[in-house]
Amino acid sequence: MHPALQGLITIVVGVGGCIGYFYLSNVFVDKVLFPASGPQAGRNINRANMVRPWLFLFPAIFALGLYLAYPVLETLRLSLTDRDAGGAFVGLANYKQMAQEPKFWEAMRNNMLWLIVVPAAATAFGLLSAQLTDRIKWGNIAKSLIFMPMAISFVGASVIFKLVYDTRPAGEDQIGVLNALWMSFDGGVFSTLFLRLLPAAILLGFAAFVLYGVYLIVRPLISSEASRGGGSWWAAPLRVAVGLGGAWLVFLSLRSVFHLFTATLPYGDPQTWLTIPYWNNFFLMVVLIWIQTGFAMVILSAALRGIPEETIEAAVIDGANPFDIFFKIKVPQIMGTIVVVWTTITLVVLKIFDIVFAMTNGQWETQVLANYMYDKLFRANDWGVGSASAIVIMLLVTPILVWNVYNARKEMR
Amino acid sequence: MSSIAGTKSGLTWAVHISVLALVLLWLFPTVGLFVSSFRTTDQISSSGWWKAMFPQEQNLVLRTAAPDTQKQDGDLFVVEGNIFADNNESLESEISVWGVSSRAIADYVPGETADMGDDGRLTVQANGDYRLENDVELSGSRGERVFVTAVSPPKFTLDNYETVLFSGTARDNMAKAFFNTLTVTIPATVIPIVIAAFAAYALAWMRFPGRAILIAAVVALLVVPLQLALIPLLRLHLGIGIGKGYLGVWLAHTGFGLPLAVYLLRNYMVGLPRDIIENAKVDGATDFQIFTRIVLPLSFPALASFAIFQFLWTWNDLLVAKVFLIDATGETTVMTNQIVELLGTRGGNWEILATAAFVSIAVPLVVFFAMQRYLVRGLLAGSVK
Repeated sequence: MHPALQGLITIVVGVGGCIGYFYLSNVFVDKVLFPASGPQAGRNINRANMVRPWLFLFPAIFALGLYLAYPVLETLRLSLTDRDAGGAFVGLANYKQMAQEPKFWEAMRNNMLWLIVVPAAATAFGLLSAQLTDRIKWGNIAKSLIFMPMAISFVGASVIFKLVYDTRPAGEDQIGVLNALWMSFDGGVFSTLFLRLLPAAILLGFAAFVLYGVYLIVRPLISSEASRGGGSWWAAPLRVAVGLGGAWLVFLSLRSVFHLFTATLPYGDPQTWLTIPYWNNFFLMVVLIWIQTGFAMVILSAALRGIPEETIEAAVIDGANPFDIFFKIKVPQIMGTIVVVWTTITLVVLKIFDIVFAMTNGQWETQVLANYMYDKLFRANDWGVGSASAIVIMLLVTPILVWNVYNARKEMR
Repeated sequence: MSSIAGTKSGLTWAVHISVLALVLLWLFPTVGLFVSSFRTTDQISSSGWWKAMFPQEQNLVLRTAAPDTQKQDGDLFVVEGNIFADNNESLESEISVWGVSSRAIADYVPGETADMGDDGRLTVQANGDYRLENDVELSGSRGERVFVTAVSPPKFTLDNYETVLFSGTARDNMAKAFFNTLTVTIPATVIPIVIAAFAAYALAWMRFPGRAILIAAVVALLVVPLQLALIPLLRLHLGIGIGKGYLGVWLAHTGFGLPLAVYLLRNYMVGLPRDIIENAKVDGATDFQIFTRIVLPLSFPALASFAIFQFLWTWNDLLVAKVFLIDATGETTVMTNQIVELLGTRGGNWEILATAAFVSIAVPLVVFFAMQRYLVRGLLAGSVK
């Protein structure tokens, strides 16, 4: 139990040290440095009060600076140097080298897929379960159970889903749920219904949904409402960018629908799901969606409860059906919360590492940026390229960072 | 009116059913792991865990009792017994077919007699009772092999937990990793709370120049990916002599947890009633006294929610432990890391994997269900503006 004892001592020393530091430094300032007595009592009290906040803040600022702010700058510096050349400045050579590696572009592509699919799916499922559990008696129990995966580690979840995706040779009993399900399809009517028509319907619905969203976003650019909408200078380019992104999504889903009907599905063969290029990314994403849905649900459910009852009552009296109430009354009112949930999950996705590391370790075209970076840093020992990819992650996070700071400052005013 | 009432109850039913479906879908994978951790290797690899609740058909290779138990019955030499009892299998199993050769395991139905020539004649009943008789004395040290296809009732075992927690080899045994994880987690949860509480108080209730910028900086640091910190901090730790070890991982978790801690606690403390704090000031209390006597006790819910976050995060963490803690000897491995290694080396040994994973999941689940209220409150404070 040596480390446990060491841990205990650390707790005592660490906590005691912190409290001792705060107490003694306050006493020191009040009694020794600026005593509140004698001829200069008034001035001393003022001075002590000027110093005190920094006493309270010092450990936190020190730790934040050393463990978060300094590494950002240091990583930036490392990404511009070469470790083998004794840390010589090499400019953008590391980035150039990284851009020539197909694995990096694979990681970028996969990260973009993750960025689109996971926040969207988790938020949608979260919203759905929040709305459904809102008014039923055992809703709280249902919520706890859907929320539960939040407590499970990414590694634990990876083991759980490895069992779901497990494959046994043909002829044996399948022990993975997915393959057991797959083996029950034989290419008949039901297979067509569940494996082609149903996914196609879902994809078409998604495409229609995105198209509608794009229409709403782009409309002010086309009609004359733009001038009235009080648009900032960045609004128009942002709308165009979002519109183009949406159009690309629509194109992707339509292409997938086409593939759904033209592809020949290998009925009766057990599939090793995690080795099917491209699609295996989605099997990995399911794990994160499974974990994050609970988070989205809890927050959105609180937001749904915060909606003023009168707005819903008014809609009911006006004869709105439940779907109209949900999409036209409730969703617009909690749009702010939806954005917050979306960005929070986006942050998780950008840093995703454990799931890919534990399930495929980036093989079979499932590489993501964080795992690519880990590979470079600790397997290839290439700190330059590793740091460069870390900076890429940082750049992807930056818009959210700016947006958060902007909102926090707006709120404090 | 009745038609409206009708559609309404129909809709309610649809809601109940879809919630039930959603909940089952979400629970299904975890339950699978849980059930698998109570099954034997053979059971796991021969059938899906969802069949574990029901009696299932198994192919077993069993042996009759050794020839030295034979009795003489008239001029016959006889070995009798129950094939399941002799082989420590469940007595409630029922044989559907059986055989005496690995090439023909389904030659006989219960009650039939297999003639094995010089080795005698074997009769096996459906419940496993058998009778082996021979004209000459049976020889050899082991009994006859019998291949049975039997339907056995559900059977669960705690052996996997025994292996993982107490008896397993260095690679299977999670006990050390469990304590290592605990050793990482507790200081890494407590220390940031103390540091952050003071800072949050200063940011919430003290006036000084630069406060707004500091708050903005905390919000910004909230989203900085910790991937950026790996190399610089590892170099720093190696440079100043901390190296890879507990101290390093505690410091790292403290640093990475601080922004959220400061942010959550400050948001909570700002909401405390101004009157209490100003009255205390008027009565001559110092900031230190106000903080320890008034603000800290009142902030308990926020402290609890951050503690849960940090606990879950440090317990479940893999990356920080891999980089700052686990050295080449592997003495300080944590559970997440050991599971990943098991996944690599024993990808097929589901009984060990499932049990190990469940051991590592159990503690967070208990904390989660016990303290869910605070967790939800923390989530709401942390993200809903």
